[in-house]
Amino acid sequence: MNSTITSQDIVVRLRDIGKTFPGVVANHDVNIDLRAGTVHAIVGENGAGKSTLMKILYGVQKPDSGTIEVNGKQVTLLSPADAIAAGVGMVFQHFMLADNLTVLENVVLGAEKMHGIGDGARKRIAEISKSYGLDLDPDVLVEDLGVGARQRVEILKVLYRGAKIIILDEPTSVLVPQEVDELFDNLRDLKAEGLAVIFISHKLDEVLSVADEVTVIRRGATIDTVDAKSVNSRQLAEMMVGSELPNPSTETSTVTDRVVLEVKDMNLPGPSRALLTDISLTIHAGEILGIAGVEGNGQAELVESIMGIRHGATGVVALGGRDLSHASTRDRREAGIGYIPEDRQRHGLLLDAPLWENRILGHQTREPNVNGPLIDRAAARKDTQRIIEEYDVRTPGIDVLARALSGGNQQKLIVGREMASDPVLLIASHPTRGVDVGAQAAIWSHIKRARRDGLAVLLISADLDELIGLSDTIRVILRGKLVGEFDPATVTPAMLGSAMTGADA
Amino acid sequence: MSERLRANKFLFGNDGMKSPRNTKLALAIGAPVLALLAAFLITSLVLILAGDDVGGVWGQILSFPTHRGYVNIINSATVYYLSAVAVAIGFRMNLFNIGVDGQYRVAAFAAAVVAGEGWLPGYFNTALAMVAAVLVGAAWAGIAGLLRVTRGVSEVISTIMLNAIATALVAYLLRKAAVENPGSNITATKEVPEGSRIGGFTLFGDVPATVYGMVLLAVAVGFAYWFIINKTRFGFDLRATGASETAAVSSGINVKKMIIISMLLSGGAAGLVGLPLLFGNDYAYGSTFQSGLGFAGIAIALLGRNHPIGIALGALLFAFLDEQSNPLQILLDVSPDIVKITQGTIVLTVVIAYEVVRRYGVRIEQRRVSSALDDEPATEGASA
Repeated sequence: MNSTITSQDIVVRLRDIGKTFPGVVANHDVNIDLRAGTVHAIVGENGAGKSTLMKILYGVQKPDSGTIEVNGKQVTLLSPADAIAAGVGMVFQHFMLADNLTVLENVVLGAEKMHGIGDGARKRIAEISKSYGLDLDPDVLVEDLGVGARQRVEILKVLYRGAKIIILDEPTSVLVPQEVDELFDNLRDLKAEGLAVIFISHKLDEVLSVADEVTVIRRGATIDTVDAKSVNSRQLAEMMVGSELPNPSTETSTVTDRVVLEVKDMNLPGPSRALLTDISLTIHAGEILGIAGVEGNGQAELVESIMGIRHGATGVVALGGRDLSHASTRDRREAGIGYIPEDRQRHGLLLDAPLWENRILGHQTREPNVNGPLIDRAAARKDTQRIIEEYDVRTPGIDVLARALSGGNQQKLIVGREMASDPVLLIASHPTRGVDVGAQAAIWSHIKRARRDGLAVLLISADLDELIGLSDTIRVILRGKLVGEFDPATVTPAMLGSAMTGADA
Repeated sequence: MSERLRANKFLFGNDGMKSPRNTKLALAIGAPVLALLAAFLITSLVLILAGDDVGGVWGQILSFPTHRGYVNIINSATVYYLSAVAVAIGFRMNLFNIGVDGQYRVAAFAAAVVAGEGWLPGYFNTALAMVAAVLVGAAWAGIAGLLRVTRGVSEVISTIMLNAIATALVAYLLRKAAVENPGSNITATKEVPEGSRIGGFTLFGDVPATVYGMVLLAVAVGFAYWFIINKTRFGFDLRATGASETAAVSSGINVKKMIIISMLLSGGAAGLVGLPLLFGNDYAYGSTFQSGLGFAGIAIALLGRNHPIGIALGALLFAFLDEQSNPLQILLDVSPDIVKITQGTIVLTVVIAYEVVRRYGVRIEQRRVSSALDDEPATEGASA
């Protein structure tokens, strides 16, 4: 830890913060000291209570107990306006910018009284942009900016309002690696100027590279605050989950020589450049093929083209020797493709429908859900009950709306549903993203079991440990092309990482 | 694991099934009742501001209808019901079919021409005219569906335009199809032959007015709507598409096809709207044929939450308010248009009440789920 930092520099002191929502304890016994001139990361699993805590510090939620001190004074934050007045600003994960306005207009919106809306504001924006290295032109339209620059506009907005304490909620989730590096440079500038930054993330490697201190939150409570230089990501992860991490590794190979999925010469043109170029891959029964890649390099397009959801791809998609290149999504599903979509809430579930109706989704034409043209309600309900029990979906019943379940339980329901019709191929996009460790282990074991039974799996994941642990073969996708093939038994995350960014020799 | 299974079963056997159902029912009934009260309150304010006799107006509107009034209420509710079901079919798909108004007028005109020609004898003629009405209504709505899937034109815009075109088209064609009607300045199509008209039921011996025979058509349409939407695969696909188009696509539903089919169904149902009037009351399509039914249908579908029974109650309520407001002018020198304000306000308050209740329901459910699983921190509701 930086030796110049002393306890006098504590700008935010949270003591015994507690927040209870009806039936749910979101936070309890939260204690955090934030020091000036540091980046303080807060890590925890999805649903651990990070967002609620930050909403409390930003005045969106009122704590039920505990105290907040800013710069040594106890404050009551009843609204974001109070928080801003106290010098606390927040950059949300989802940007709140008007695309058709300029940077200047976006920044002054709601803060017109500070420096006006004209040259005074322009001058101030230029100053801030320069002193923190934000590199923003006040008169550019936001719609012309990239994601990284938009995020800098959000940071600029907060600085313009005089914030000395900046909360960044999952700031890297929307950025590509280069933009992440730029953001981290900006954060270093901020902290050099004496500002305090709270950085919320669950990407532990990033946290370790940028943070000075790390506070771990588990089940709503702060577990510990540690010096970022004294821990590694595995130790942090174990603090987050409170136990030894589950291990994704599969056992002995079950790969057979029976080809299940064959994709030949798939090309998908895009508006500016090709989204997929000459993709050919084969998956055998009992084989898990992992696709590694930085997000946005064609993974989603590949999956959607194989599923027939996205049109326009040329080439051949064959399942068990049957050409499905021109088949509809429903035909492909009926031919035996199970699908765990990347965005389970938008693509995998009807959030406002009960669980048993969600059991039917994607399987509307198959047993046990239908009887001729009619929905077989009783059978569908019975099978939903079976899935809930076999896949350990934690719910009080099958009439609960899918929205009410936690992310991990939603995902277990989807996995159970997709396995229910004995698929020959499972396409799993980020199957354990954003789910708790218990659900992650359960989903891994279901995939492994199905693999032993001869299922072919196409696994897309951003979690390299998951890819290396589960896969029988790993291919790397970069700018829509398959650029490398690795043996999971010998590959390291570092090797994959350099192949994914094209830095591979 | 096994403990978990037992816990699930335990919860299932008890409050997992029953009490949430009751809560849902209470919320479903509570919302429209509250909305009605709010609407009555706002109407009262308008009356007070205008210096009208508030007590007298409500005394008249909330009195028991006359025997004749009962018949009129059922008859206009029949027509409203068909219109609202047509709108609701679109709503379930997230399609905003504003065009029921145009669709029913084009269709009623077509049916009147076919029936007036009397190509077939008796009820065969009626049946043929009904088929014509459904086909024309479906085709008129189908234009909007086609524009939506091929060109991405919002069905809201296209159906509004098609309403305007329908008005003009029917007026233009009516001139051509109209027959000489000595002693009247009403332009109308040829009258439906006696044998093709649909008789009514006598409800009260003391009044000559009868309930449209076509009330049975409305009941049949309501049942078919309920059955198709809730019990069939097609209905599931339709609801799924309405609930989440992205999830529908991933599940293998051909959304474009669904848009076309549901626009055709909605338009087909809209085609039936004018038929009770045509075969039970007017016997011809003329310049005095009732208009605006499609818009009332939108309001009633919202009020009835697209539910077949809810829509029926909404249609009866609207018809009741219409009927009871008629004597206001004579009795109290208050324009019956005051109930239009009530009806409009109901739609607004109902939309608000349903949204409030929906959010409340979701909260209750999340709380129930997390308290049932108290060993697991379900903070979804908290962080949302």
